[in-house]
Amino acid sequence: MTSIDVASAGPLPRKTEFRQCQYTGLKVDIAAQTLIKVNAVAAVVFLAIGGLFGLLVALTRWPAVHLLSSEMFYLVLTAHGADVLVFWIVFFEVAVLYFASAVLLNCRLAAPKLAWVAFVLMVVGALVANVAVLQGESSVMFTSYPPLMAKPHFYLGLIVFAVGALLAVALFFATLVIAKDEKTYEGSIPLVTFGALTAAIIAVFTLASGAIILIPTFLWSVGLIGNIDPLMYKAIWWGFGHSSQQINVAAHISIWYMIGALLVGAKPLSEKVSRTAFLMYILFLQLASAHHLLAEPGMSSEWKILNTSYMMYLAVMASMIHGLTVPGAIEAAQRRNGYTHGAFEWLRKAPWGNPAFSGMFLSLILFGFLGGISGVTLGTEQLNVLMHNTIYVPGHFHATVVAGTTLAFMAATYIVLPLIFQREVILPGLARWQPYLFGIGAAGISLFMMGAGTLGVSRRHWDITFSDASISFQHSASAFLMMGLNGISALIATLGGVLFVVIVVGTVLFGQKVGPGHKLTFPLHAAGPEAVTHHGAEEAPKLTGTAILVAVFFICFVLYYFVNWKYLADLWLFR
Amino acid sequence: MSVTSPQSRVWWKEPVEKVELIWVVVAFAWGIFMFVFMVAWHFIGRQNLSNETYRVAPSAFEKKAEDFAKKYQAREEDGVPVVKPPAGADVYLLGRTFQWWPILELEKGQSYRIHLSSLDLQHGFSLQPTNINIQVHPGLEHIITLTPTADGTFGIICNEYCGLGHHTMTGKIYVTQKKVAEGGAVATAAAKIGEAK
Repeated sequence: MTSIDVASAGPLPRKTEFRQCQYTGLKVDIAAQTLIKVNAVAAVVFLAIGGLFGLLVALTRWPAVHLLSSEMFYLVLTAHGADVLVFWIVFFEVAVLYFASAVLLNCRLAAPKLAWVAFVLMVVGALVANVAVLQGESSVMFTSYPPLMAKPHFYLGLIVFAVGALLAVALFFATLVIAKDEKTYEGSIPLVTFGALTAAIIAVFTLASGAIILIPTFLWSVGLIGNIDPLMYKAIWWGFGHSSQQINVAAHISIWYMIGALLVGAKPLSEKVSRTAFLMYILFLQLASAHHLLAEPGMSSEWKILNTSYMMYLAVMASMIHGLTVPGAIEAAQRRNGYTHGAFEWLRKAPWGNPAFSGMFLSLILFGFLGGISGVTLGTEQLNVLMHNTIYVPGHFHATVVAGTTLAFMAATYIVLPLIFQREVILPGLARWQPYLFGIGAAGISLFMMGAGTLGVSRRHWDITFSDASISFQHSASAFLMMGLNGISALIATLGGVLFVVIVVGTVLFGQKVGPGHKLTFPLHAAGPEAVTHHGAEEAPKLTGTAILVAVFFICFVLYYFVNWKYLADLWLFR
Repeated sequence: MSVTSPQSRVWWKEPVEKVELIWVVVAFAWGIFMFVFMVAWHFIGRQNLSNETYRVAPSAFEKKAEDFAKKYQAREEDGVPVVKPPAGADVYLLGRTFQWWPILELEKGQSYRIHLSSLDLQHGFSLQPTNINIQVHPGLEHIITLTPTADGTFGIICNEYCGLGHHTMTGKIYVTQKKVAEGGAVATAAAKIGEAK
């Protein structure tokens, strides 16, 4: 650790300024606080830009509107992918990492100057990649499969961004070491920090995979390498492309636990089970990236089945565990708070008017029911042939990344604003509605894209009427209806997204400063700080409601899984 | 407040609640079931993607496809050959920006060895409205034994982004009724194709 300290502040450790949070009692390193702020602001800027591109994509794919020209459509779609799937998410995750290490552990952040270097690298990388795409000759989609080639600075931007992110992740690890060294906490790190740690470990693997494949691809684009094997590219690229979404999962599940703890005082049902579930992500998620190659020639069935069953199903199991333990912890806490009637009083009387809670719970439900079930179905060797590269695929990952991760990050923002920015959330009336608008919109986008994909509509496709094609093809009327409904859902989600950006920017700039003794509009639970920073399980909780919820989930899962096998059995025969 | 002592330092020794334990077991068993079902489908199911793949130079594949088209060409549609291979034959279908080539005419209930490859970029073979979707790579010849189970006209669209003309990339497969005897059935099949056109 000394070496990093030396790099940032000379031979003496830097003088750290702390403030004490009046709501949680936590010691907050001012330097960490500033870095959380700048990363969160950068995240929201890229969410706004990428979200706008997303709206343009949805309006073009709405057959009745068909907004953009084909060239602009493919350009904007590439930018949409990079801005929201990578830049928004990773900037926010860096903020989460600094928060879960320095703030939750009462510790100083390791080498804040290096953290600034990381931030600058990430901003520069993101800008360079955006410029490359907007210049128009890098419309290769976010996946940039060779032999399709982008301009060199497209790859370079992504690489610089990844280097910055990797540095930020290293500082998270360094902060954990400092906290342990300086004994700023006792025993084990809290569950939320543990979840963030798994996200960070996955991030190392992910960013390394990105570098391993994007550096040669960059060299190929400048002419130094003759050929990039398309299949090898895919196998390694998805170690980056899919694993980056596993960082999201680990991060947003940590946020679910954090919000449950802070708002209703939820403690994990069992530290052992929840932590093991996080650990399973590290062990199995990366290999599950193989499910992107199920419809590929050149890979054996054994390879496909091993990677998507042993590996993926153990990761799926981990998610199913969190799917019980998160609502279970909330139920147990709410019952302790006095809501003990029937199976669901605890849920009815939950703080639904607090956007942090409603956003978190909607994220949990939508991620599980829409994203999780569709993901497993999509990741089944044979069933994949039904949906590979149809718009079902974006339908699935909008359920996980938009309805799941983005909504959870939005929910967390409603806590970050008063506690870290120390500003009272403006327009609380509208803020109460924001997660519902965004959640319903995102759910609609996911469902209708999955519907259209089941009917055969292709993803990344400008014209489903095939008006310029030499051989015509006509999709069914219901496919067109689905794409129209997708457009309408995108408008609703956009409304929720715009509202979010307005509230965040407005709060940061004009929100009432949170002074001593200020009563928060969206208050924390009295037992929240203790629940989020300590470990120790809930004792003998009664969990009728949660048991019913997971039973319903499981029935939906099994039914949907078999419906798809029925679809498959009706196809032409192939072997 | 700062951080006070944890309630239980040895969290790994705390008991696990029953409902949690049941759920862990259910989730694990379901995972095992899904694994077994995927393997079982290779034996009980009739839709399994073939693993037969060879490396091939795009130019060599193009030559094979052209020879194939010349050998079995039945007619032409807008300059694209309509190729009618006999049942069981090796059939070549190539993808290139922005076309699936040639147009095929198959018989319902007969099996064909379809060789799929690309001459340039990656493409997505998407048979519609049947909804069979297979990735197609340049340099890899993927052989799939395909048996149409319905007759009619089917579209092939490209569902892997392959450049600015991606949405214009289509192809076609006609499936005719199986010949019952020489004469009658063939005439009906031909009439059907006439209608489709």
